[in-house]
Amino acid sequence: MLSDLLTPLAVNPLPWARAQMAFTLAFHIILVPLGVSWAAMALIANYRGIKHDDADALLLAQRWSKYMAVTFAVGAVTGTVLTFEFGLLWPKFMGRWGDAFGVPFALEGLFFFTEAIFVAIYIYGWRRLKPWPHFWTGIPIVIAGIGGSVSVIAANAWMNQPQGFTLNSAGEIIDVDPLAVIFNKAMPLEAAHMVVAAYIVGGFLVASVYAFGMLRGRNDRYHRIGFIIPFTVAAIAVPIQMGVGDQLARWVYQNEPEKFAAIELVPKTGDDVPETLLGRLNADGTKVEGGIPIPGLASILSDPGTGTGTVVQGRDAFPEDEQPTVRQANTVHLAWDVMVGLGTFLFLLSAWYALSWLFRRDYPRSKWFLRIASISGILAVITMEAGWVVTEVGRQPWIVRNYMKVEDAATGNTGVWITFLAVVGIYSVVGVTTILVLRGMSRRFREEAGDDETDVPYGPSARPEEVGAR
Amino acid sequence: MTLADAVAIVLFFGVTAYAIFGGADFGAGFWDLVAGGAERGERPRALIDHSIGPVWEANHVWLIFALVVLWTAFAEAFASITLTLFVPLTLAAFGIVLRGSSFAFRKAVFRTRDQRNFGAAFALSSVLVPYCMGAVAGAIAAGRVPSGGKTGDPVTSWVNPTSIVGGVLAVTVCAYLSAVYLTWDAKRLDDPEMEAYFRRRAIGAGVAAGVIAALGIVVFYSDARYLFDGLVSRALPLVILSGLCGVGSLVLLVRRANHGARLLSVGAVASVVVGWGVAQWPYLLPESLKVDQAAAPEGTLGAVLVVFALAAVIILPSLALLYVLDQKSLLAGEGVDEGPAPGD
Ligand code: HDD
Ligand code: HEM
Ligand code: HEM
Repeated sequence: MLSDLLTPLAVNPLPWARAQMAFTLAFHIILVPLGVSWAAMALIANYRGIKHDDADALLLAQRWSKYMAVTFAVGAVTGTVLTFEFGLLWPKFMGRWGDAFGVPFALEGLFFFTEAIFVAIYIYGWRRLKPWPHFWTGIPIVIAGIGGSVSVIAANAWMNQPQGFTLNSAGEIIDVDPLAVIFNKAMPLEAAHMVVAAYIVGGFLVASVYAFGMLRGRNDRYHRIGFIIPFTVAAIAVPIQMGVGDQLARWVYQNEPEKFAAIELVPKTGDDVPETLLGRLNADGTKVEGGIPIPGLASILSDPGTGTGTVVQGRDAFPEDEQPTVRQANTVHLAWDVMVGLGTFLFLLSAWYALSWLFRRDYPRSKWFLRIASISGILAVITMEAGWVVTEVGRQPWIVRNYMKVEDAATGNTGVWITFLAVVGIYSVVGVTTILVLRGMSRRFREEAGDDETDVPYGPSARPEEVGAR
Repeated sequence: MTLADAVAIVLFFGVTAYAIFGGADFGAGFWDLVAGGAERGERPRALIDHSIGPVWEANHVWLIFALVVLWTAFAEAFASITLTLFVPLTLAAFGIVLRGSSFAFRKAVFRTRDQRNFGAAFALSSVLVPYCMGAVAGAIAAGRVPSGGKTGDPVTSWVNPTSIVGGVLAVTVCAYLSAVYLTWDAKRLDDPEMEAYFRRRAIGAGVAAGVIAALGIVVFYSDARYLFDGLVSRALPLVILSGLCGVGSLVLLVRRANHGARLLSVGAVASVVVGWGVAQWPYLLPESLKVDQAAAPEGTLGAVLVVFALAAVIILPSLALLYVLDQKSLLAGEGVDEGPAPGD
């Protein structure tokens, strides 16, 4: 009855479900690098603090752990929403493939649990635990962060390379090999690429805050260490990422040629394929328009052994309905250019930093370096988001490659557009508030900076009477 | 016992743990909501903040645990539940976002106005989420979730007598559990006034929960017959145990034996949740999907059990460490430069 009244609100759920999934994932993934790598950076500062009696480093570690409390909480709740969404948006996907797809998530649960427990101990343990034991309670966070992301990525990689199951004639899973699901072929490189990305994004994000502070004239030792630790972490990770990315691209060329054709914008199979910077496919997908072609480069990169003679399969090699549409392919290609372009840019920035250390034993003192560094966090986030668009849109039209299409997986629930709008509203508020709260904390820390000495870490609280009240 | 039965037990273990740990957390939000204006509610709110601060995140991972076990091992049940109960589950998910983030924000801001706004979001969603979860449980127990890719009624599946009982009972039980814990915490922190404050509320909520549960059984008789039959046969010992524990905890509360009261309150809640599972056995979705029909292939079930065993080895000791450190007040503060206490 009531449900009849609601019929006018019924709208095809598929595009909305995709949009909602993409939006919530894109939001969650910004918090993920902080959850994975910030604890490691805080521990580096913490270690310096204790080992070398460095009060600035110790203070940084404490403050970082307080910020982490906020970002971790937002990461955890947005992650919980994703867990619900798999069922709410893609019930047929979960119903049919949950037996296999779920396995890596079971493992992930283990890591997240460990992470949540030790985050709590580490964040709240500053005042009363002894220095070294307290330091050690941070180590499980780092391990669990890496383990957790590797397991989630294993699930995503499985969607790209589904394996480890046996189907009966009705297409139902009758047997599962959990290890083959987790260690599917796409997993090792994808997981490595994401874990390194987490250190890049986390490092640049944290560093950019201190770079900004230094530009504003807060050029004290505290800010310099706050900049150097995370920036160094990121700068080490970037070249590693270029190597992993290169491997990953070659792997995609060999194993997911239809995705590769979209990435490199190749309409027709052939050799001597150019690497086109920007540019797009025309409406019927037969020609590349615009852009700057670099002759032969895509062929060379796909297999340096055969050089420009390497044959790359084009979009004409695959059925129309088993590869991304022309629009999707253009999206994939643009995202690819953004990832590789910004990745190269971040690499150059890291090289500048490294050379300066090599020759001057200091980071570059140029204002321009700090200006660029202060936006490096945002650039790294964009790079990572673009990478995900390559992976996810490049998998279209499949939700489980070669086994299930996205349109066959979606919920029949016609109110998804409403939940999508609600999600965008709620997340926007949560996102803006998170930034405001973090900024407020930082301002407060600066104002309170005077009394830091009175309240020494690892000692009895200067205000013991307050502990009870809180 | 088959592998599927074992995994179903693991699933219910997760649900029970969520009810106890997550429930106490939600209940704290309930008391926050009804604590009154900024001034009057300041002390109870400070105590609530202090008690749930370090552990809330870990408490809620039980939900993830239960969901993941459900979708991995009983994928069809998960798909059916999410298909039919789209609305309450979506509301619960939103509530979880609001609750978790506003709780973290509230601790991080120091202006009273901000604290009050975040506090309100935190408290309201602390009531919304357990209500939705209870309604979902009621919908499942009453057999309103069909299996096999069919969608049950999007509205009446969760707006019906059993779901309402489930929702209200969940909120009340959370409030009861949490008040008992808070009584114990207040005592530990040597705050007799707050101890008395929460003791009164614990007793009130406990009595309310008992009354609602008893009414519920009457409702189930007409609205959820399979559940009712199970509760008065297979699950009867658990129902009785729960009643005894509940009454016992109230008696101990009156006699100020807070520690015993806490244990018994946990027993009361745990036996209700387990009783629900036993009552609808062998069905996951009463009268349409049995545990063994929904179960994944053995490889998957084995993997879930292995992960569970790993969890027992890794997580239980870590959790124990967390709770011990917390109870010893060793997790007293984030960082050292604490700002003023809430409400200052
Ligand atoms: C800051 C992060 C970052 C940087 C600097 C790069 N990437 Fe990346 N890339 C990602 C972050 C990322 C990611 C984390 O967003 C993705 C999405 C899924 C994944 O596993 O990693 C990704 C995906 C992704 C894929 C798609 C994999 C698939 O669909 O299976 C390829 C082929 C590359 N990357 C290749 C590269 C190359 C050649 C790079 C060198 C410039 C590069 N990436 C830099
Ligand atoms: C482990 C991680 C992830 C898993 C398991 C996952 C899973 C999914 C699923 C099930 C869908 C819906 C089906 C489909 O449209 O193909 C989807 C779509 C999508 N996801 Fe992911 N995802 C993950 C990470 C991400 C991240 C971090 C982003 C960040 C931007 C992202 C971006 C998208 C986009 C843009 C779509 C929509 C694709 C389209 O419909 O064109 N994904 N993902
Ligand atoms: C679709 C996919 C995803 C789902 C369902 C998901 C689910 C979750 C859940 C439930 C949590 C909260 C756990 C807790 O309470 O501690 C969480 C947090 C987290 N997720 Fe995701 N996640 C997804 C994608 C990703 C990806 C792609 C990564 C990493 C590469 C990742 C890494 C993390 C990490 C490290 C945390 C810890 C919390 C934090 O530090 O923010 N997640 N996620």
